[in-house]
Amino acid sequence: MIPGEFEYHAPSTVDEAVALLDRLGDEAKILAGGHSLVPAMRFRLAQPAHLVDINGIDDLAYLREEGDHLAIGAMTRESALEHSDLVARRYPMLADAGHVIADPLVRNRGTVGGNLAHADPANDHPAVMLAYGATLVAQGPGGRREIAVDDFFTGLFESAMAANEILVEIRVPAPGAGNGEAYEKFERKVGDYAISAAAVRLTMSGNTCTAARVGLTNVSAVPMRSAGAEAAMAGKELTEEVIEAAGQAAAGECDPSADLRGSEAYKRDVTRVLVKRAIRKAMARAQGGAA
Amino acid sequence: MIVSVNINGVDRSADVEPRLLLSDFIRHHVELTGTHVGCEHGVCGACTVLVDGRAVRSCLMFAVQADSCEVTTVEGLAGEGGEADLHPLQEAFREKHGLQCGFCTPGMLMTLVPFLEENPSPTEREVREAISGNLCRCTGYENIVRAVMHRVEQGLTGEARAHG
Repeated sequence: MIPGEFEYHAPSTVDEAVALLDRLGDEAKILAGGHSLVPAMRFRLAQPAHLVDINGIDDLAYLREEGDHLAIGAMTRESALEHSDLVARRYPMLADAGHVIADPLVRNRGTVGGNLAHADPANDHPAVMLAYGATLVAQGPGGRREIAVDDFFTGLFESAMAANEILVEIRVPAPGAGNGEAYEKFERKVGDYAISAAAVRLTMSGNTCTAARVGLTNVSAVPMRSAGAEAAMAGKELTEEVIEAAGQAAAGECDPSADLRGSEAYKRDVTRVLVKRAIRKAMARAQGGAA
Repeated sequence: MIVSVNINGVDRSADVEPRLLLSDFIRHHVELTGTHVGCEHGVCGACTVLVDGRAVRSCLMFAVQADSCEVTTVEGLAGEGGEADLHPLQEAFREKHGLQCGFCTPGMLMTLVPFLEENPSPTEREVREAISGNLCRCTGYENIVRAVMHRVEQGLTGEARAHG
């Protein structure tokens, strides 16, 4: 239960951190909140020779609206999402997620950037950011580049970032007219990963859905959108039949594995139900309901 | 590496390996064994301490990460009189039997102290959410919650008196 030996680096700027990563290559891991990495190191599932601790880089923790998006510094702690009036008021799906990620102690340390960069389909932010259509900003030796979230997750624990790049910012498109959004998660107990969860962002015109994005948590090897659920809703009046069709499309499209959290069939059905619940909550919010 | 941490108001420093966890630094190097180590991988919450005022699991932080930080452990809660001078929340735990074997108690207290400072009059549900990352192996949650609500009522009464 004691991690393997490593060399510890604590850069104070992103440039320093990138230079270290560029020099150390695959031997190094970035230490953000550490709540996935440190347990993995204790179990010797991860044995990095170098840790680059980015907790000392102060200017990576912020939440602010800039023009047409919410800019989230990658080192923003999850607990900051829970305590932000801006997030509660304008980005309720992010607030939903902020209340259900692991437990309060984890949220005091865990970071939004780490949750995404780890590229774990069981984490909550990947589905949420897929539903938002977020843009991720990575910094490497050549400067900064933007990566669309749809291109970010390339495999299990694999992202489009190179070993010498750091995720520095996440940009969430600001809500437009008729926006409604929600994240619905089902877990065995607080702190466990989701059995399934659904992230839904809708644009409504009256009862008609003009655009929809749906992300799913922990029901695929790679964080996924449900194109079927989105297509079932786009351009349609969201009747109970349409909502059911969207739920069924997601249930059919996801690819859950049977494990201690349930059988494949059970997880598909939970996914169907959660997608429907998230759609209904998003609709209510689009109509100004408090739900 | 040399790590210097202010623990419960006292500066402590030691030459440690980077892989030393903060929980082990507190227990083995500083010899404050009130902080308990249960699961050692971030599930049970028994090792919770305050780092610069925030409740965190000390088993998931390396000691070198706490360099120059202020750490408060359960030993830092009571006043100088020790047992005769317990923190009001410790008193409430004693009064309402909020501990059985006592293993989870340091983590429960260190999670709840900053929570009550931020939210002095929580609902019972909020208290249960606040300790949702702390496991009690005796399953003694009812009396833990009762103790917190007792402290909350006392606090409110005290405030009412102060303002009355």
